[in-house]
Amino acid sequence: MSAQATVPSVHSGALSYGVHPHDHKELSADAPIEVLPTPAEVLVPLVQHIGAPNDAIVKPRTAVAWGDVIGRSEAFVSAPVHAPIAGKTARLKATTLPNGRHMQAVPIKAEGEQVEGRALFDDVYGGDWPLDEIPEDRGAIVAAVREAGIVGLGGAAFPTHVKLSVREDRPIHTLILNGVECEPYLTADYRLMLEAPQPIVAGAMAAARAVGARQIAIAIEDNKPQAIAEMKRAVAGTPIQVVVMKTHYPMGGERQLIYAATGLTVPTGGLPLDVGIVVMNVGTAAAVARAVLRGKPLTHRVVSVTGEGIATPKNLLVPIGVRYSELVAYCGGLKPDAVRAVAGGPMMGFTLGSLDVPVTKGTSGLTVLTDAALKKAPETNCVRCGRCVDVCPIRLVPTRIALAARHKAWDIARAYHITACIECGCCAYTCTANIPLTQLIRMGKAELPRS
Amino acid sequence: MHRKPRVFEATADTGGGGAAAPSLHVAPSPHLADPSLTTRRMMVDVLVALVPVVGMAVWVFRWYAVLQIVIATLACLAAEAVFTSMRRRTLTLGDFSAAVTGVILGLSLPWSAPWYIGVIAGVIAIGLGKAVFGGLGYNVFNPAMVGRAFVMIAFPAALGAAAFMDPGVALRVATEATPLTLAKQASQGTPWWPLLLGTVNGSLGETSALACLVGGLWLCLRRTAAWEIPASIIATVALFAGIGQFVNPGSPMTLAHHLLGGALLFGAFYIATDPVTSPLTFRGKVVFGVGIGALVWVIRTFSGYPEGVMFAVLLMNAVTPLLNRWAYPTPLGGPAPAAK
Ligand code: SF4
Ligand code: SF4
Repeated sequence: MSAQATVPSVHSGALSYGVHPHDHKELSADAPIEVLPTPAEVLVPLVQHIGAPNDAIVKPRTAVAWGDVIGRSEAFVSAPVHAPIAGKTARLKATTLPNGRHMQAVPIKAEGEQVEGRALFDDVYGGDWPLDEIPEDRGAIVAAVREAGIVGLGGAAFPTHVKLSVREDRPIHTLILNGVECEPYLTADYRLMLEAPQPIVAGAMAAARAVGARQIAIAIEDNKPQAIAEMKRAVAGTPIQVVVMKTHYPMGGERQLIYAATGLTVPTGGLPLDVGIVVMNVGTAAAVARAVLRGKPLTHRVVSVTGEGIATPKNLLVPIGVRYSELVAYCGGLKPDAVRAVAGGPMMGFTLGSLDVPVTKGTSGLTVLTDAALKKAPETNCVRCGRCVDVCPIRLVPTRIALAARHKAWDIARAYHITACIECGCCAYTCTANIPLTQLIRMGKAELPRS
Repeated sequence: MHRKPRVFEATADTGGGGAAAPSLHVAPSPHLADPSLTTRRMMVDVLVALVPVVGMAVWVFRWYAVLQIVIATLACLAAEAVFTSMRRRTLTLGDFSAAVTGVILGLSLPWSAPWYIGVIAGVIAIGLGKAVFGGLGYNVFNPAMVGRAFVMIAFPAALGAAAFMDPGVALRVATEATPLTLAKQASQGTPWWPLLLGTVNGSLGETSALACLVGGLWLCLRRTAAWEIPASIIATVALFAGIGQFVNPGSPMTLAHHLLGGALLFGAFYIATDPVTSPLTFRGKVVFGVGIGALVWVIRTFSGYPEGVMFAVLLMNAVTPLLNRWAYPTPLGGPAPAAK
C-alpha cells in the first residue's frame, strides 16, 4: 500500500464550530496534585469499562495486596480491575455508577501496610522512565496494557489494549495524545502534564510502537501555555511533536481533535482507526508507561475536585473505588450553595444523586456547581435563530432533531441523523430559547426504535 | 466548614429515604447555559437597534412618526395579551416579541395613515400572523408584514403612493412623492445624499438608509441578526441594479435608488432577519437572501408597484420550510448509517 504518501501531517488547528464557555479552570489549575490519604474502605465496581462484564475472582474476607486482580473476564473487549489498596474484601455490594448503571462492587477494608504520600506518587508517576526499556515486541506491550486493566481515562473508558491491537487491514499511521481537556473546570490532565510529563512521553512511545504509528503528536489547548512548555521540554530528543490547538469546546472530542489537527473526518458510526489514527488521553498514556515499564496495574488516577460549590478545589491522586464523599471531605466539604455534583465536567458529565458512590477509572473530576452557575432563563418556543446549527460540531440541525425527539417523530429524527450526535452539549448550551436540546436528543437516541 | 459530607436528596433513580436536607439534584448534562443568549435579549437587541431608525423617523416626520409607532405597538401588545390568554397560555409579553412586531409595523406605515390602520394592522399581525400558527416560533410569515400586507390590500387609498403626499401639512417632505415613485412615474432622480440621510418621503422607517445601516450592522455584530441574509439581499439587488444601470444608463432608477431609496435596507436588516421566518442553515440563509433580492428587483422593475420588499419577504417566508428541508448540512463524517 502507498499509505506513506497519504499520511497527513498533524498540525496545530482550530474548530470553526462549537462554543466557548468560561472555563473556570483558575479554581484548581494552580493546585499541585495531592495524594489522598488511604481511605478506610474502597468500593471497587467490577466493571469500569465499555465491554463485557468481569467476574469477581476473590472471595469475601480474603486478604488482598495492592495491585492484586479482583475481577476479570475472558472476553477480549474487557479490562480487569485490581485492588487499589491493601486490605480485606467483603461481600459484593450493589452500587450505581454515575451514568446510572447499577453494578456489583467489591468492598475492600484497608488493612496492613499501605504505600502513602510521596512514595505513592513516585510509584505511580515519579522516577525514571527509560525509553530504551520499552519492549520491541508489539504483542508484549499490548499484553502488559491488557493485564494492567487500562481503559480510556478521558471518560470514554474503552479498553486501551483493544485500541492498541491493530488489524492488518487497518494500518495506523498516527497517534495523537489528547491533552486538550476542553471541559470547563477540569484540570486533572493539566496538572499531570505539568507534574508528570515523563511517563506521558514514555507511554506515548510505547503505544506508538504497539500500533506502528509513524507520527506521534500531543495536542494541547492554547489556554495551557505552561503545559505546552513543559511537554515541549519533555519530548526533546523523541519524535513526538507538540501541537497547539485553539481553545474551543469540544476540541477534546476525538472526532473534533482529529479533524482540527489533521483535516481527516472519522466516518459517522466509525472509529478513528478507520482513518488510521489512534487518540489516547495523556493520563491513559501515563498508565500505559507504568504498565509497560513497571508492570503495575491501573489502581490510582488524578481527579479534579472543583467547582464553586467546593470549599477548597484540589487535584488529587486517589485510589479507584474511593467514594466521592471522601474527596469532598478532604477538600473542605461543600459550600452551602452547592446544588449539583457532576462526575466529570459540566458539559458532558453525569450528575450524582448521592456522593456515596465510588470513583471509577473514567472519572476525570468532580465538579460541584452552585445555583448561580446553573441559572437559566425560562424556556420559550424555538425562535429558529439557527444558533444551535451554527455551533454543532457534527453539523447537525439540533432544533429539528430535538423537537422531533420530543414529539417522538422518529422518521424525522432519523432523517436528520440523530444517531450521529455526540451529545457534546453545545446546542443546549447556546440555545436562545433555552430548550434542553442535548437532553432531548439523548433521550431520543435511547428511545429510538430499531427499524 | 463541616468535614462531614452533607445528606443528599433522595432521587427516584437511587431510591432510599434521606428526605432531610434537600441539596443536590440530578439533571442531565450539559449543566451550563450561555447566559448572554435568551429570546428576550434577542428581542431587546432588535429594539435597541431600531433606536436610530426611530430617531430619524421622528426627526423627519415629527409627531406623525411618534403617533404611528405608538399606535401600532400598543395594538400589537394588546393583541398579544388577548390572544395568548384566549389560548390559555402564560402571557408572553415578557419576551418582547410583540413589541418588536409593533415597532417594525409602525415604522413600515406612511406618516399619513389614519389611526385605525395601525390598530387593524397590529391586530392582524399578531392574530393572523402569529397566534393562529401557535405563537412565537411557529409562524411561517413575518407578522409585521402580514399586518402591513393586509391593510395595504384592504385600504389601498390609505397606503398607496398618493397617500404619502399632502401639501397641506407642515412637513417639508410631504410635498413630494417617495423617491421610487418619483423615479418610476416621473423619471425624476433624487440626489444620493438625501436618500442616505433619509430626508425624503416614504414609510417612516425606510427613508434613512444611514440609520438602517448603523442599527443593522450593530445587530449583525451582536449576531442577533444573521449577516448572511442582509449581505445576500443587498449583493443581489446591487448586482441586478448595477447591470440594469449599465444596460440602460439613462434610467432614473439608479443603483443608489435601488439600494438607498425604498425599504431595501430596512427590510434587509430588520424584517428579513426575523429568525422565526428565515432559514436555519447557512446555505438556506444565502438562498433566502438572494431570493428576496431578486424578487425586490423584479417587482420594482416590472410590476405596477414602486416597492416590493414586503411582498418579496412574504414570498420567501413561504418557501423557508422548503429551504430548511433542502439545505440541511451533511454531518461531519457523512450521513449516519442505517440502523442495524
Ligand atoms: S438555538 Fe434554540 S431557539 Fe435557536 S434555532 Fe436552535 S433550538 Fe431554536
Ligand atoms: S446535536 Fe449533538 S453533536 Fe450537535 S451540538 Fe447538539 S449535542 Fe453536540
